[in-house]
Amino acid sequence: MRLSTNIVKDYLIVAFEGELDHHTTEEARMKIDSLYYDNNLSNMILDLRKLNFMDSSGIGLIMGRYRNCKERQGDISIVNTNPSVERILRMSGLLKIINMYSNIEEAIDGKRGE
Amino acid sequence: MRLEILSKSTNESFARVVVAAFASQLDPTIEELSDIKTAVSEAVTNAIIHGYEYNEGIVIIESTIEGNRIEIVVEDKGKGIDDIKKAMEPFYTSKPDLERSGMGFTVMETFMDELIVESQLGNGTRVKMAKVFHSLVDKE
Repeated sequence: MRLSTNIVKDYLIVAFEGELDHHTTEEARMKIDSLYYDNNLSNMILDLRKLNFMDSSGIGLIMGRYRNCKERQGDISIVNTNPSVERILRMSGLLKIINMYSNIEEAIDGKRGE
Repeated sequence: MRLEILSKSTNESFARVVVAAFASQLDPTIEELSDIKTAVSEAVTNAIIHGYEYNEGIVIIESTIEGNRIEIVVEDKGKGIDDIKKAMEPFYTSKPDLERSGMGFTVMETFMDELIVESQLGNGTRVKMAKVFHSLVDKE
């Protein structure tokens, strides 16, 4: 799995590419958390558009980042257009607490509109 | 089909790709194939994290096809599950410190048509799952 990260204002934008499972979540978690805390950020956008596989380990990873963002009164959102990823996100109930958008701009605008 | 793998997390993707390749002879839809890969991934991950608790062991994956139905068995010889009913509850995890979602069995139940979990403390766990491919039924 490839992870690319970008910091825009107080947003950490994380783009996942490939397969997110138990094996790949370990490394992703460390990388995301160190960037988030070292740069003292509050908001996070998880871009899952280039994921072609995700299981419940990915759900655990997102739930953990959700908690971290809430602790800092920040916001977290998901960008995704993949139906199989959406299926497991929906099944887990995550989409009841995290907004999903189809692109990064919408995710940032969505937060501003609130 | 029978596959034995070491209980290493790098083997999770290998296991689901092998089962998906085996299942592809049934000409599944993309969604059906994705369901199978996800369910296998959950079962193998459970064996590694909970069955063997990251110690070295062998995970056995067996799969058979009969008509339009695939059966997949994922077995470990690890520590076993004390309370299967509790383990299968959505969001329950015995390892909250590892940021596990507790959704593994729920995913297997949702994405497959049948799920049977057998376990004995100290002797391991056997997860039997089955799915009927409707893509094939619809074509006939």
